[in-house]
Amino acid sequence: MTNAAHFISEFPLPDARGRFGRFGGRYVPETLIPALDELQAAYTAARNDPEFLAELDTLLREFVGRPSGLYLAENLTRRAGGAKIYLKREDLNHTGAHKINNCLGQALLAKRMGKKRIIAETGAGQHGVATATACALLGLDCVVYMGAEDIRRQSLNVFRMRLLGAEICEVTSGTSTLKDATNEAIRDWVTNVRSTFYILGSVVGPHPYPAMVRDFQSVIGEEVKVQMQALEGRSAPDAIVACVGGGSNAIGIFAPFAYLPPEQRPRLIGTEAAGEGVHTGRHAASVAGGKVGVLHGSMMYLMSDPEGQIIPAHSISAGLDYPGIGPEHCYYSTEGMAEYVPVTDAEALDALQLLAREEGIIPALETAHAIHYAMILAAELGTGKTVVVNLSGRGDKDVAEVARLLKGIESLGGVEA
Amino acid sequence: MTVVDKPSRVGRIHAAFERAASEGRAALIPYMTAGYPDQEGFPAVAQELLKRADLMEIGLPYSDPLGDGPVIQKAGEQAILQGTSTRRTLQFVKELRPTTDVPLLIMTYINPVYAVGPEEFMRLAADAGVDGLILPDLPPDQDDEIRDLATRYGLGLTFLIAPTSTPARVQIVTEACTAFVYAVSVTGVTGAREGGALNEVPALVALARQHTTLPVAVGFGVKDALTARKVAVDADADGVVVGSAFIAAVKAGQDLGALADDIKGGCVKGG
Repeated sequence: MTNAAHFISEFPLPDARGRFGRFGGRYVPETLIPALDELQAAYTAARNDPEFLAELDTLLREFVGRPSGLYLAENLTRRAGGAKIYLKREDLNHTGAHKINNCLGQALLAKRMGKKRIIAETGAGQHGVATATACALLGLDCVVYMGAEDIRRQSLNVFRMRLLGAEICEVTSGTSTLKDATNEAIRDWVTNVRSTFYILGSVVGPHPYPAMVRDFQSVIGEEVKVQMQALEGRSAPDAIVACVGGGSNAIGIFAPFAYLPPEQRPRLIGTEAAGEGVHTGRHAASVAGGKVGVLHGSMMYLMSDPEGQIIPAHSISAGLDYPGIGPEHCYYSTEGMAEYVPVTDAEALDALQLLAREEGIIPALETAHAIHYAMILAAELGTGKTVVVNLSGRGDKDVAEVARLLKGIESLGGVEA
Repeated sequence: MTVVDKPSRVGRIHAAFERAASEGRAALIPYMTAGYPDQEGFPAVAQELLKRADLMEIGLPYSDPLGDGPVIQKAGEQAILQGTSTRRTLQFVKELRPTTDVPLLIMTYINPVYAVGPEEFMRLAADAGVDGLILPDLPPDQDDEIRDLATRYGLGLTFLIAPTSTPARVQIVTEACTAFVYAVSVTGVTGAREGGALNEVPALVALARQHTTLPVAVGFGVKDALTARKVAVDADADGVVVGSAFIAAVKAGQDLGALADDIKGGCVKGG
């Protein structure tokens, strides 16, 4: 197939004010507004600069290993008994997840802007590892904010980041998870804005972050188009499933299809983390919760009490444990361009084991949410149809936590055929 | 239900600055988180500050205060845990209102305003006797409705400028303000910091004055008479906002009135 990113996709939204309909915008302290203007100008110049695009393309190909495979999961397909299930193998990227696509783009941009100090937030640690990797490669200083709770459950990634030379700042404010790590990263940026580039890891935050992160991740969906054409003779599958916390892997695979005319558009389905069940209140399903507000600089669906205090999210997976969802997803949801369905902790844990046994792939707990729903959807769509699942990350980081949750290896086996 | 008396609220704010100026001082504007240190203790703390204040900011606590340092964050968390809701905060204002003519300003983030509904929020605030609003995560060009509603309910609006602000941004922000302009002294969050802070304040205040005739108050990092003097005298600001230092004093059980008197001394011009 063609090289991954000799171009960066263009999309009709956001508008000039950084809005996807009513969602998005720039709700941040005034201190940051000039920096966001500067970032937007630098990004616009970079994405139109052949030299920047060629440098990014080379890194994506030779450092990351793109294009990632589109793999027909025959055992899983047989098991579901319906549509063909394809797995978009972002788990095979260097560092083990889709996050590196965005980090390299932003780190190259930081270098171009002459910013030597990089900060990032991380939940599961995948974005932190990818940022630390990009910084090591490009010779940039790296500080990663991570919640104390996430440091506990993702200790492998903490060690990886340290090996890569990053400084980890433990965050103990609020709920000690991704939301609070993001708050601290933004506070750092407000303080050190003149010297520092903030590599945001998801399609959240003030404009232009949701658009820029989407653009760098849209290489996933662009590759799927080419690969589907070669495998199935048409560029769009019947459905695409991806897990959604902030929503960067999902937007990366959705966006290149989302703005097609409705009759050409595949069904786009984001799986939100339902935790212990949406009815219990212990979940991270922002669309299902249905409240609109402002979090981390952007108007979005979020989890809050009736007076606007943000409610702690809950998910088995640190990467989905976030009480909001990116503004473009909110727009897709209200416009009917994509659907968002809740998947519980227990369902994800089962799906992780299922994929391991059936296909020999241990997915990240985040990704397992998408696998669960893809099985249901494949059966529902029936034979002759195709479903693409974004296999956004691998599960190495989760093995210790999964073992803890299953109370040891001896309790495995509940999913045997 | 009260809606009108528009001139009196914004007028009260401007008059407070004028009175301080006529006495040769920058206005002292203390900040205190509503419901801090607890529901019972807040009114007495507020009264202690109101005795010395020219204007007063009351913080409506929010779970994710992006613009605040650790001191105000923790005060807010504590207040929320003890039940300081939006309605409770406005009830505190309602109880303070008959006891003082000092303008009372609510400082909070935009999400609690949107959660109640912007119009309902303005109506409740006006009814409680609030004179003005400060929303540090709402750059004025993000929401036109807020400005229209504030005008309709007669509430003064204050937006922020920062050392990073370009002249174009200062123009946008100062035009949107109706009460006064809030100049953030440093790039950063609220609270004291080490070393050579406040050096950028004179240039920032001067830039603001090129764009507005409204009073210009300075906040973030003012903690004592010395830092107050830097702002009031060296930078010739019209007002000095102090928050974290007062909260830290309450927490440490120090004499709040003595600290306020000391800082107020630093606000004297030509001193």
